[in-house]
Amino acid sequence: MNKLVRSRLFWPLMALIMLLIFNALFTKNFFSIQIIEGHLYGNVIDILKNVAPLALLAMGMTLVIATGGIDISVGSVVAISGAIACSIIDGRIGNFNNSLIAALTLALISGLLCGVWNGLLVAKVKIQPVVATLILMTAGRGIAQLITKGKIVTINSAPKVNEYYFIGAGYLFGIPFAVFIVLIVLVFILFFVKKTAFGLFLESLGTNNRSSHLAGIRVDKLKLITYVISGFMAALAGILISSNIKGADCNNAGLFIELDAILAVAIGGNSLNGGRFSITSSVVGTLVIQCLTTTVYALGVPPQIISLVKAIVIIAICLFQSNQFREAVFGRLMVSKKSKDLSAKKGAQIS
Amino acid sequence: MTTKPLLTMRNICKGFPGVKALSDVDFTLRAGEIHSLLGENGAGKSTLIKVLTGVEKLDSGQIELNGQEIRTKSPKHSQELGISTVYQEVNLCANLSVAENIFIGREPKKNGMIDWKAINTRTKNLLKKLNINIDVTQTLGNYSVAIQQMVAIARALDVEAKVLILDEPTSSLDTAECEKLFGVMKQLRNEGMGIIFVTHFLDQVYAVSDRITILRNGELVGEFLAEKLPKIELIGKMIGKDYDTLSKTIKSSQNDKEAEKEIFLRADKASSIGNIKEFSLDIKKSEVLGLAGLLGSGRSETARVMFGADKVSSGEIVIKGEKVVLRNPLDAIKEGIAYCPEDRKTDAILGNLSIRENIIVALQAKYGLFKFIGRKEQEEIADRYIKLLDIKTPGREQLIKNLSGGNQQKVILARWLATNPDLLILDEPTRGIDIGTKAEIQKLVVKFADEGMAVVFISSEMDEMLRCCSRMAVFSEKEKLGELEGDEISEQEIMKMIAGGK
Repeated sequence: MNKLVRSRLFWPLMALIMLLIFNALFTKNFFSIQIIEGHLYGNVIDILKNVAPLALLAMGMTLVIATGGIDISVGSVVAISGAIACSIIDGRIGNFNNSLIAALTLALISGLLCGVWNGLLVAKVKIQPVVATLILMTAGRGIAQLITKGKIVTINSAPKVNEYYFIGAGYLFGIPFAVFIVLIVLVFILFFVKKTAFGLFLESLGTNNRSSHLAGIRVDKLKLITYVISGFMAALAGILISSNIKGADCNNAGLFIELDAILAVAIGGNSLNGGRFSITSSVVGTLVIQCLTTTVYALGVPPQIISLVKAIVIIAICLFQSNQFREAVFGRLMVSKKSKDLSAKKGAQIS
Repeated sequence: MTTKPLLTMRNICKGFPGVKALSDVDFTLRAGEIHSLLGENGAGKSTLIKVLTGVEKLDSGQIELNGQEIRTKSPKHSQELGISTVYQEVNLCANLSVAENIFIGREPKKNGMIDWKAINTRTKNLLKKLNINIDVTQTLGNYSVAIQQMVAIARALDVEAKVLILDEPTSSLDTAECEKLFGVMKQLRNEGMGIIFVTHFLDQVYAVSDRITILRNGELVGEFLAEKLPKIELIGKMIGKDYDTLSKTIKSSQNDKEAEKEIFLRADKASSIGNIKEFSLDIKKSEVLGLAGLLGSGRSETARVMFGADKVSSGEIVIKGEKVVLRNPLDAIKEGIAYCPEDRKTDAILGNLSIRENIIVALQAKYGLFKFIGRKEQEEIADRYIKLLDIKTPGREQLIKNLSGGNQQKVILARWLATNPDLLILDEPTRGIDIGTKAEIQKLVVKFADEGMAVVFISSEMDEMLRCCSRMAVFSEKEKLGELEGDEISEQEIMKMIAGGK
């Protein structure tokens, strides 16, 4: 039990479970799943399907934040990637014969390039991450507009539209295809983090840049890699989002999604100062956000105050993760043994 | 000297999970005395100070200030009671002006606005009392660490302190700066203040203290008058063992045929612009080479050049007969070089990571991203070095920041030993470390050399250098002046060289 509470995963998971319990009690048919034409439908399935882009972004964002950085350009990269993919599918740019493969490949490459750009600015030019990625955040939507020549691209009549639509909105074995994409990427990333030294190096350089450099870690290279991964994730998310609506809207695709991604990382209990991180916790964080959104809609909360309700719940979640807060509100009884140990250890530096 | 007790602490007990940090400790401070609080790392000095200043709550015991029982709730509270503390690391804001630093949080106001004129003149007067004349509107960061330290003391004094605690105030000061600080301390003592002085430098203890209290393993060893306690006895009481083991010279046998020692690294007319002027240096296997010089003389810079942390601007580095270009520390690590940097806190430890991770990180960096050391192997490596270097910790998963300075240093040493280096560069490896651990590290250094490793040793403490090094390169003003070998090495010779070099 103690070990469970100690885990970074504990509080985000608790938040998710509480939300689900709340829904079980107060939202009608929240957990009901219907099978229509061999596909599963229902609120839970919706959450899983809709969370996919955000989950991808949050994975990349976790890595960037682990280095002590931040990537606020992901929303714009979403727009760029969607614009490229849809324009190619629709045959508006280049000479790719409406090829699906070309659309996906070039969209993903655009994400990688955006990541390289961000990474170089941060790691080599040494611009502060917020400022460095702010450049692409503002310029990115303009680039996307250039690609679509300022129009909203709809691909309803393109030859490969159904195949493209399948990526974001299709079903495989009755489960949304996007869920498979997220799971595959998650497995890859977790493998990379846990079975190579990547995780250790990130936590090391997020904890202390200078020490890590002098211990032989290629700090710049690793930082660059995290931004490239984040860019790639954003491009993939961009494909999912544009596929889901069969079109690319440069002004609105992925608007403010970078904030949700950062929030998910925070809900996942990861410090925005860098250092220790958990990818899985961030993904659970995205589920919390998505579940909350669905809940608020399902409850019929008036649209004007939806963001207020969300904000209150999220503040509560973040407060609950704080040992000091729990201690202050519930007294010493409620405080997990872990936090007592921790605060004691802080003082245990006896010399 | 008056004998009126200003502050008394009785039967102080404080425990942390698994550790009894203080048991039944008494401490008495009289007005108008400088009282040194001594003990090895982990003896409980810091804990006692923390309990007194309200950083930690005490489990049991009594504290009386001026005959009234007090219980400090927070550092702020203790300050209000008249107990001011100056910590080891200057905890001021380098980007604010000197005056702002002194009045931050309690700015005098006039008509609801901050009264800058009052701030500046009061600061000036305050510093004048300490014999310091500086422009108080300048940014604090522009001044030397010594001045910063004085400013910290000035701030502590302005809050009408009766008790002043100086927690290792001298670790970043040079001799002249220390003298200045001691002058101020004596002046304050004569004005009737009680000063608690925590330090690792025993000479300094005798330079200023009236009384000495020694702690060991959280227990009180005793309170002594400084003039009646010889240094050797003092050390014996601190570590609880014979001084004999420490005083012996541990230098490896001199009559190893020096000429036959194999050269591992040769710096050939190397220089690094802004860091170190052109120098040539041979580093031989099985030898402890000392880089002597004052702070900022270029000794650390030389080490950094050899580790690839600073770029070589001219000349070359030759390792085992082959010319190499060290673009970054990783290149140097791959060539078998290891480097324990001078500033442990900012350049060496990974505070939020475990001891295990801190130990394996350099080895993993040497292996690269994909040749991952499995968890089990990591644990074996960590346990091996915890045992080998006698690192005192509840376990390998303990965060390094929770260890005492000496044990942190051992972890960093373990990090480099794990990479199995041919050349080990140690920059101030014993700074801020208690005598027992110091002696252990010195012995290890000599042992590594005896086993065939090339060791480069840098220290501000001449005693230590004289005991460990069989050859010394002397630096001054970013320039190598020359070398001393064997019997030539003595404090006088080194001083002469540095003095003559200018």
